Amino acid sequence: MAKQLLSGNGAQALAARLARVQVIAAYPITPQTSIVEYLAEAVESGALPAQYLCVESEHSALAACLSAAATGARTYTATSSQGLALMHEILHYATGQRAPVVMGVVNRALAMPWNIWTDHSDTISQRDTGWLQFYCESNQEVLDTVLQAYRLCEDPDVLLPAMVIEDAFSLSHTVEGVEVPEAAEVDAFLPKFEPAFRLDVESPGHMGGLLGPDLYTEHRYNIARATDRAHDLLEEVEEEFRRRFGRYHGGTLDLYRTDDADAVLVAMGTAAGTARVVVDALRDKGVKVGLARLRVFRPFPLEEIRALAKDVNSIGVLDRSFTFGAFGAVHGEIAAAVQALPERPFLRGYIGGLGGRDLTPEVLEGIFRDLLKGDDGGPEVEWVGLRRYRHPEVTR
Amino acid sequence: MTRYVAAAELPPVPLGRESTEGRAKSSWRTYRPVIDHRTCTRCNLCWKFCPDVAIIFDGSGYPVVRDDLCKGCGICAEVCVPKAIAMVREG
Amino acid sequence: MTRLTIPAEELMNGGHLACPGCAATLVMRYLLKGLGPKTIVAVPACCWAVMSGPFPDTALKVPLYDCAFEATGAVVSGIRAALDARGQRDITVVGFAGDGGTVDIGLQSLSGMLERGTDALYLMYDNEAYMNTGIQRSGATPLGAWTSTTPRGKGDRKKDIMGIVLAHDIPYAATVNVAFPEDFVRKVTKAKGIHGPRFFHALSPCPPGWRYPAEKSIEVARLATESRVFPLYEVEGGRVRITRRVVHPVPVAEYLGAQDRFGRLSEARASEIQATVDARWADLERREKVA
Repeated sequence: MAKQLLSGNGAQALAARLARVQVIAAYPITPQTSIVEYLAEAVESGALPAQYLCVESEHSALAACLSAAATGARTYTATSSQGLALMHEILHYATGQRAPVVMGVVNRALAMPWNIWTDHSDTISQRDTGWLQFYCESNQEVLDTVLQAYRLCEDPDVLLPAMVIEDAFSLSHTVEGVEVPEAAEVDAFLPKFEPAFRLDVESPGHMGGLLGPDLYTEHRYNIARATDRAHDLLEEVEEEFRRRFGRYHGGTLDLYRTDDADAVLVAMGTAAGTARVVVDALRDKGVKVGLARLRVFRPFPLEEIRALAKDVNSIGVLDRSFTFGAFGAVHGEIAAAVQALPERPFLRGYIGGLGGRDLTPEVLEGIFRDLLKGDDGGPEVEWVGLRRYRHPEVTR
Repeated sequence: MTRYVAAAELPPVPLGRESTEGRAKSSWRTYRPVIDHRTCTRCNLCWKFCPDVAIIFDGSGYPVVRDDLCKGCGICAEVCVPKAIAMVREG
Repeated sequence: MTRLTIPAEELMNGGHLACPGCAATLVMRYLLKGLGPKTIVAVPACCWAVMSGPFPDTALKVPLYDCAFEATGAVVSGIRAALDARGQRDITVVGFAGDGGTVDIGLQSLSGMLERGTDALYLMYDNEAYMNTGIQRSGATPLGAWTSTTPRGKGDRKKDIMGIVLAHDIPYAATVNVAFPEDFVRKVTKAKGIHGPRFFHALSPCPPGWRYPAEKSIEVARLATESRVFPLYEVEGGRVRITRRVVHPVPVAEYLGAQDRFGRLSEARASEIQATVDARWADLERREKVA
């Protein structure tokens, strides 16, 4: 294993190479572009013997990956923001087809108006499509998760597509030290893709024919069961990955110093990385706080959240997106999860970091301190750092 | 013909391999073609233009209508040069 | 018995759900007779997506993939790429889409497929409207035709898909007609042996959509070519060759008169259509001479 300096995008591309993907179909969009550039270079230089399709839109990119997967190839693509939104129809197609496509997504805000910086709205908007969603905290995790995703998704009891998600610029364009496994080690972990169901002239069939009211429910139920299976199998995949490569990224809910915490912040992506630093700083001052990083948003770690909620008085949920007229997505789902508990913690949602606004240690410390006050009669959802009026003393 | 009813029976990927020929379309007909082998010249135009692959050849090369597949469209009667095919009202 | 003039092997099943007299069935039947069993077909939303049978049925003896409406061209590129990645280069890939799924919603992905030089076929079966959803107008609906969204007759011209495709400079493109199966199969067999993107524009008369009795499909198709409304030609490496030279054309009015979708066409419009057909035929002959 060798350590390399890699950006998040570089980690995505290198992982796709190590996974020996066979077909790549992609379309450029900031800040994903360097992923597809690295891959084009790898294919043209012969380092990656894959078929590379320069397609005319993201919708076509995913459609081409899907049909390639249907024909029996391991496929990869990547996108962001508007591109992901354009793919929406095909995201549903992929899940219904039970195609184990892995897609890198660089979290970027959605237009109108244009904004190219970190925001989780793009992937959160797709939470109902059935795609597994992994929110990565580091470039190491990006590389490792792409490999784990192929392993998990290609399992015959799973067969679901997955997004491996990284924050715009903070991961995609920031260089970190990443341990890169040897090709032979990856081959031992990730066998060749040999699907049981494919377009085969030796055994011709019709893939995607109409499914009526009599059976569509059953097909969707099977997808639900597969998603539950993915949740359980992920733990096994991560354990095996730890044995082989010495790294473990925290399962579905990555807990940090939550054991005796009075208040815990739930966060996803790079904000969680900053929160770790803040947790340590506050703990040094005797303030008992912790971090629960949602590594996997789909499948939603229901039981893990409930286990956490049993032992903590206050949970704050940081959402880098907002579902207008309702709650932040993660906040709403956690509220639903703890609904079943006889005793529920105090829960507050924090909307922050939208459109690339920086979530600094100061900002996160402010959230922790607010959370530690408990139920102070304040709003259920707090827009962090909102400049509502020009004069700073008027904040509500 | 397989008939799926339960989630556990369904393949995960929606891939079906049953031929549509297993499901008869004879109920679609109002008229059915009757081929007179005495007038027929075995030119095979009826076979060529049948949209439903419902015409096959017997051992002597005469066209025979597959009753379960024929929808009674009448193209065979229309293209038949010696007019050896009559469209007869069914039932 | 008369020797068969097209291959005997059937790669399409009966029992499909096509309307009686549907010409799109023959388009698929003749296409597959030309391509053979080592073929994978991609079909977007269109009549054929329904005709091919609900799960678990299939109307083809070759693999069939149902794809999203916009994406046929991209899907074909994806299948081709996967086959090449797996070393299965002797399998032919064909996108089989309706006119709406090609000239309207599918135009972008078709253009991409052609520009990328995808080694595959694309066949547009043209019933000149969105027939699967109940006869709504498409960019391929001809001038003057009734559809449910142009109830007084379409006021805009038919998109010239062959012109659009030929602008991509591909090795082979051809028009085919179910009324001329030998010409159809010959062209498909020729195309099979050519590398790169190959395009077919197949006329596909539709009894409910064009408003004529089901048994007349072949007759209507024949009239389309014999009136020069739908000339049969191929373009190989940029060279035009008319494959059915119509020396004494049938008046366009006879073709239009056979279909009730043109039932309320004014005399003026009918003359306009005749003039356009004549001009386009002259242009086709001119392009052939240049080649």
